[in-house]
Amino acid sequence: MAEQAQILPGTLDLLILKAVSLGPLHGYGVLLRIGQISGSALLIEQGALYPALFRLVRQGLLKASWGTSENNRKAKFYELTVAGRKRLREETADWNRLAGAIATALAARAGEV
Amino acid sequence: MNLVAWFQSVSSKFLGGAAAAEEIDAELREHLALRADDLERSGLTREEAHRQARIEFGSLGKFREDSYEALGGNTMDMLIQDVRFGLRVLRKSPGFVVAAIVTLALAIGANAVVFGILNALVLRPLPVANPKTLWALENFDSCPNYADLRDRNRSFASLAAWKMEFTAMNTGNDPEGVWGYAASGNYFDVLGLKPSLGRFFQPSDERGPNSAAYIVLSWSYWHSRFHEDAGAVGRKVQLGKQPFTIIGVAPKGFSGTLLFGAPQFFMPIVNQEQIDGQDLLHARGNVQGVFEMLGRLKPGVTRAQAAADLNGINAYLEKTYPKEVPHHDYALAHPGLYVFGGPAKAFLAGLMLLAGLILLAACANLGSLFAARAADRGREVALRLALGSSRKRIVRQLLTEAALVALAGGAAGLAISIVLLRRLSVWQPFPSAPIQIPVTPDAKICIVAVALALVSGFLFGIVPVRQVLRSSPYEVVKAGATGRMGRRITLRDVLLTVQIAICGVLVTASLVAVRGLVRSLHSPFGFQPRNAMIVDVDLAGAGYKGDRALAMEKRLVEAMRAIPGVQAAGMVTNYPPLIYAAAAQTHIFRDDARDLRTEYAAAAPYRYDVSPGYLAAMETALLAGRDFTWHDDASAPRVALVNEFLARKLFGGDAHAVGRWLKLQDGTLVQIAGVVEDGKYFSVTEDQEAAMFLPYLQSPPRATDLVVRSNRDPQQVMRSMHSQLRQLDAGIPADMGSYDSYLALALFPGRVAAVALGILGLMGAVLSITGIFGMAAYSVSRRLRELGIRIALGAQRNEVLEAALGRAVKLLGIGSAAGLVLGILASRVLASIVYQATPRDPIVLGGVVLTMAVLGLVATWIPAQRALSIDPLVLLREE
Repeated sequence: MAEQAQILPGTLDLLILKAVSLGPLHGYGVLLRIGQISGSALLIEQGALYPALFRLVRQGLLKASWGTSENNRKAKFYELTVAGRKRLREETADWNRLAGAIATALAARAGEV
Repeated sequence: MNLVAWFQSVSSKFLGGAAAAEEIDAELREHLALRADDLERSGLTREEAHRQARIEFGSLGKFREDSYEALGGNTMDMLIQDVRFGLRVLRKSPGFVVAAIVTLALAIGANAVVFGILNALVLRPLPVANPKTLWALENFDSCPNYADLRDRNRSFASLAAWKMEFTAMNTGNDPEGVWGYAASGNYFDVLGLKPSLGRFFQPSDERGPNSAAYIVLSWSYWHSRFHEDAGAVGRKVQLGKQPFTIIGVAPKGFSGTLLFGAPQFFMPIVNQEQIDGQDLLHARGNVQGVFEMLGRLKPGVTRAQAAADLNGINAYLEKTYPKEVPHHDYALAHPGLYVFGGPAKAFLAGLMLLAGLILLAACANLGSLFAARAADRGREVALRLALGSSRKRIVRQLLTEAALVALAGGAAGLAISIVLLRRLSVWQPFPSAPIQIPVTPDAKICIVAVALALVSGFLFGIVPVRQVLRSSPYEVVKAGATGRMGRRITLRDVLLTVQIAICGVLVTASLVAVRGLVRSLHSPFGFQPRNAMIVDVDLAGAGYKGDRALAMEKRLVEAMRAIPGVQAAGMVTNYPPLIYAAAAQTHIFRDDARDLRTEYAAAAPYRYDVSPGYLAAMETALLAGRDFTWHDDASAPRVALVNEFLARKLFGGDAHAVGRWLKLQDGTLVQIAGVVEDGKYFSVTEDQEAAMFLPYLQSPPRATDLVVRSNRDPQQVMRSMHSQLRQLDAGIPADMGSYDSYLALALFPGRVAAVALGILGLMGAVLSITGIFGMAAYSVSRRLRELGIRIALGAQRNEVLEAALGRAVKLLGIGSAAGLVLGILASRVLASIVYQATPRDPIVLGGVVLTMAVLGLVATWIPAQRALSIDPLVLLREE
């Protein structure tokens, strides 16, 4: 496994929303999807995923329903609600702005100031 | 947050908390299974895969809990869990729990009782319409003055007035002493009340003196005497000897506009002469005509404008009737407590403050107990932390335990206070006076008690929290529960010192008050109440007027004097000194004074019209000159007795006063026949005042009291007095009692203050004992091993004691000193209520020091014994 980065606090929710936005997933699926879309660069404590999922459900950003997994196990599938989709858009924009600003700041050289 | 989703999750929690937990478990299990499947596929064995999946997942229990929490709505479950666990833990230390609950019950009970009284007397409005807009003029005045104020003022929409009437009500053949209000016709209109039965009397009923022989019953008297019989309205009854018709019943819960007295009836003031025996409606100089005026201001008129308006009218009256109307400044106040409002409010506020201090001391006490417990439970806490419990959860658990104890204590305290308040509200401190304290417990008291319980629970529950948050599981598990016995000043030391200081304040305050009371009981009254009896006779009520009344009064005195065993008997119009605060002042002038307006008066002595024998009956010493005789009657030259204070003020001494002259406000010259000793007249707390005695045969007759002195058994004498009265005229209404029993009223405020403060002081003392005991016992038990080693190494008894208890004793000393200083500062407030209460009294100071020392000794006795009886061998073998 490549070198993994600890995710920033507060970004787990955003990653989950993004992962689920690509199609309904069960909890383990969310974990795999995040690994897949981040190129396995992010380290997520597996257990921490569930409190976050339940929090998002409670906030009405995700909705959950029981179904059957690809290898025939009963699993709970999560998908985005309308509010969730909106939140994802907003948070993505926020994140990009922040990341861009920090990147610009960090790229500054002595001569440019 | 999406409200619907939140609501769903919460309701699912309430409807099926277990199902939700089950679902979480299923989901987590599923995750592990899926992960294990993947791992198995990558080549691990089934068991290896499972193990690996569990490890990767992290603490299953913690995440399960977090998930549960994230779902929301599990607070209820957690609370129930915490409560269950808390109860289990508390049950393991019943001694601690009982001590804590009793401490809190006492402290909260004290607060609830004081609050109940405060609520009843100060916070709760009168049961009338818009009590906020109702204003009172709380002073005696005359009826003609009232009529002028009512008609000439431009500030009040209407102004009502009332006075008290004491008489007997006879519904057939059952005369019973009653009291009520003689009120102006607009009284009920001004209050905005509706009768619960029949009607009220109206201004239109007033058509001149004795024109409206109607009475309205109070609801409670209608209930107790007429058994709520609707037929009572319309019945004729006798008040005194006069027929009156009952026309209505006042609303339930309304008992006049004076909070501490419940009148039994209301009658029109125009009929007062039938009860009083003298016409007050036209007596401008007689301020017994009106007890209190009440009114509502016109819109836009301020309190100050109204007072200025009334003062303007009074200035006019003063000019028009210079001999009868004195200068007076009117002030508006909310009705209810009359002139006692100021002192009563100040005293209750002070009491509330002290009760608050008690609660604070109790919280400090319990806080250190809880902190000690938390320290002892260090191992348990460490274990729970190590097993993955969150600190938040542990703190919540501790607070839940504190809240449980607090609520139990609060409930017990509330129960105590309700019992006490119920008893207080039916208590009639004086059988002879219509005084009661209307404190019925209500919902507000419950709310206050519960709120106080929760706040104090939080206060003492929060004390050990910092300790828990800082504790590191590794340290505790490694070192054991002993921890460090630091020499630093700990939070608990501070708490204990604060608590002892508070208790010191309370002990000081109560000693000051009790000492003040004892002094006021032994201060010279200028007469001897012991062995004296008072008969309050109502000659006017029995139809005696003018010369017939004078003659009857003389016969009464002689009849009392004739009873075997009676040394002296005398008579005084109105009440004798200190009774019912009834003393009235009059203005006197130098014999050469020409202008008899009030501002030129030489003195304003209390005036008593007395018969011969009065001085002997009162045991008031005659210092110079002569006593009155039966020859000092209307045909003899006018004479007077003055007290020493007045003699010195006017003439420079007793000897110079006799034979000199002074002038009464009506211009009569009177010669001073003698000088008597100084005394108390209006209240026991007054500064020395002037007094003047006139022969009653030279003054118009008024209500009469007889004073009878005898060394015989009071009950026997009173029986003889009764039969003498009956022989003279069975129709004369009379009350009798010992002077002391009447005096109880004058001493009542001081007594109440002393008892209340005494109880609070006692509670403070108990709290400091438990506090010091807790601290000392705890420090001994924590250091048993160390003390054992010291003993084994040959420490002396006093060295052991020093090591074990030195700290507790030092804290006690610091706390007591602080408490004493604060108490002395606070006691200045007391001096205004409790007569002769001064903190700068060596007995009080010594008493406080001694009390605190004894408390310390009592509290450290058992721990000291335990420290001394340590057997090092047993102790060392145990470890």
